[in-house]
Amino acid sequence: MSEFLQFLFSGITVGSVYALVALGFILIFNASGVVNFAQGEFVMLGGMITYFTYSAGVPLAAAAVFAILVTCLAGVALNKLAIGPARGASVVSLIIITIGASIFLRGLAQVVFDKQLHRFPSISGDDPISIGGATILPQSLWIIGGALGAFLALYLFFSHTLTGKAVLATANNKLAAQLVGIGTNNMMTLSFALSAAVGALGGVLMTPVTLTSYDVGLTLALKGFAGAILGGMGSPFGALAGGLLVGLIEAMTAGYISSEYKDAVAFIVILLVLFVMPNGLFGRSALERV
Amino acid sequence: MLQVENLSSCYGRIEVLHGVDLEVHSGEIVSVVGANGAGKTTLLKCLSGVQPASGGKVHFRGEDISTRPAHRRTSLGLAQAPEGRQIFTNLTVEENLRLGAYLFNDDRIDKDMEDAFRLFPILKERRNLSAGGLSGGQQQMLAVARALMSRPSCLLLDEPSMGLAPKLVEQILDVVKNLRSLEVTVLMVEQNALAALGISDRGYVMETGRIVMSGPAEELIADEGVREAYLGI
Ligand SMILES: Nc1ncnc2c1ncn2[C@@H]1O[C@H](COP(=O)(O)OP(=O)(O)OP(=O)(O)O)[C@@H](O)[C@H]1O
Ligand SMILES: [Mg+2]
Repeated sequence: MSEFLQFLFSGITVGSVYALVALGFILIFNASGVVNFAQGEFVMLGGMITYFTYSAGVPLAAAAVFAILVTCLAGVALNKLAIGPARGASVVSLIIITIGASIFLRGLAQVVFDKQLHRFPSISGDDPISIGGATILPQSLWIIGGALGAFLALYLFFSHTLTGKAVLATANNKLAAQLVGIGTNNMMTLSFALSAAVGALGGVLMTPVTLTSYDVGLTLALKGFAGAILGGMGSPFGALAGGLLVGLIEAMTAGYISSEYKDAVAFIVILLVLFVMPNGLFGRSALERV
Repeated sequence: MLQVENLSSCYGRIEVLHGVDLEVHSGEIVSVVGANGAGKTTLLKCLSGVQPASGGKVHFRGEDISTRPAHRRTSLGLAQAPEGRQIFTNLTVEENLRLGAYLFNDDRIDKDMEDAFRLFPILKERRNLSAGGLSGGQQQMLAVARALMSRPSCLLLDEPSMGLAPKLVEQILDVVKNLRSLEVTVLMVEQNALAALGISDRGYVMETGRIVMSGPAEELIADEGVREAYLGI
């Protein structure tokens, strides 16, 4: 029992990181239909910039805020410099552009920062909390809280604010969105900025537990993407649930079978789910007239 | 209210509007008729700004809006209900209407929405349903109602009756006619050219990207050539 609890805690912790990545995915996807494979680099930037700013003597909290803001700018730049000029190109081309952007950001991080693993102190120390015979790090609670908080904020944003609706409208019908007075370019900028912020938050929160380096982004992007797809690629709730599920499947596989299989099993489960439910677990039903 | 001078527009390298001149005065209802592919939709899109013009000028209420992006034209009071029920299928009927008034945040929105529901009662019944689940005709009504929510002083209507049953066509043209009393100026393109000219003050005839004729609506309705080519009588 305590063993199961231990796997559960670790699954929810890494699942929360995946959920943050998945939330970032759907933010950009909801506004533009683009799957942004540079999403993992936002997480990397969040962690790396915090580390180097903190090492330069800036207080941790300020360093984290700074990192999130800079990552926001990186997200806006990605939209303005890479996605924007190619607007009108097919979605596949846009996705390839984001893959290119992720390789570029990784290379840039390697040059500007370094190739080492880095960590900075946890928010509430490193004394494990024991629950039912298992333990959990205080930082894990921060990670879980971060994912829940980001989910809640995005849920409220899309369902209760006019700006959130405007983002959804822009994705659904750009022409009509312009005609009701929505500045569709601003909505795109906003989505990329928010998406980058959510990713960077993930990087800031996870680094004390998982460490970070210039190349953590790729795996995170794949896992987060899997979570987003599993959740139906649309609603914040789907992203949260999908991310958590991927984390849990991984942790259970690693715990009860072998950690060598954890990635494979996670992806097999996802393929099976999609085979049975092509719209993901929480995808919109096909009630849409085109 | 709206002055168009020598307006041209291209898709890629192919020019489809060749120097269109047109004018709509405050309080008027004006119709543009023409065969399929004449460039009517392209003309309205250039006026609302979703299609770039390659030459010429558009003045709206005395201001040159030729280079303004579409969403900044809407904020000036120039609204368009585009061709082919361009609604937000992922949002509810009510959210669609609310976004019609995206530029506003005041008490008048509720009142305007009630007005829209009075014009199209079926939308009220479906207000909380996904707009993507509406029938084609209902979506068309929603597109018109949404355009009205933006409090236009000039409304561009591109085939507002498309896909509607004959009785509803009449109803929607009634709605357009009544815009006169709300002091909304209308520039409209309609498949039912005769019915449209019937409620219009003036009309323009368009042929392959050019205005070939214009005049008071009664004169166009009486013209032999127009009757034969566009009115089917
Ligand atoms: N997106 C597009 N790309 C290329 N050519 C286009 C495009 N849209 C329209 N055209 C061309 O421009 C010309 C004018 O089209 P437009 O849609 O403005 O005609 P219309 O008068 O509105 O026709 P209809 O009565 O069928 O709606 C046509 O020859 C058409 O083939
Ligand atoms: Mg047309």
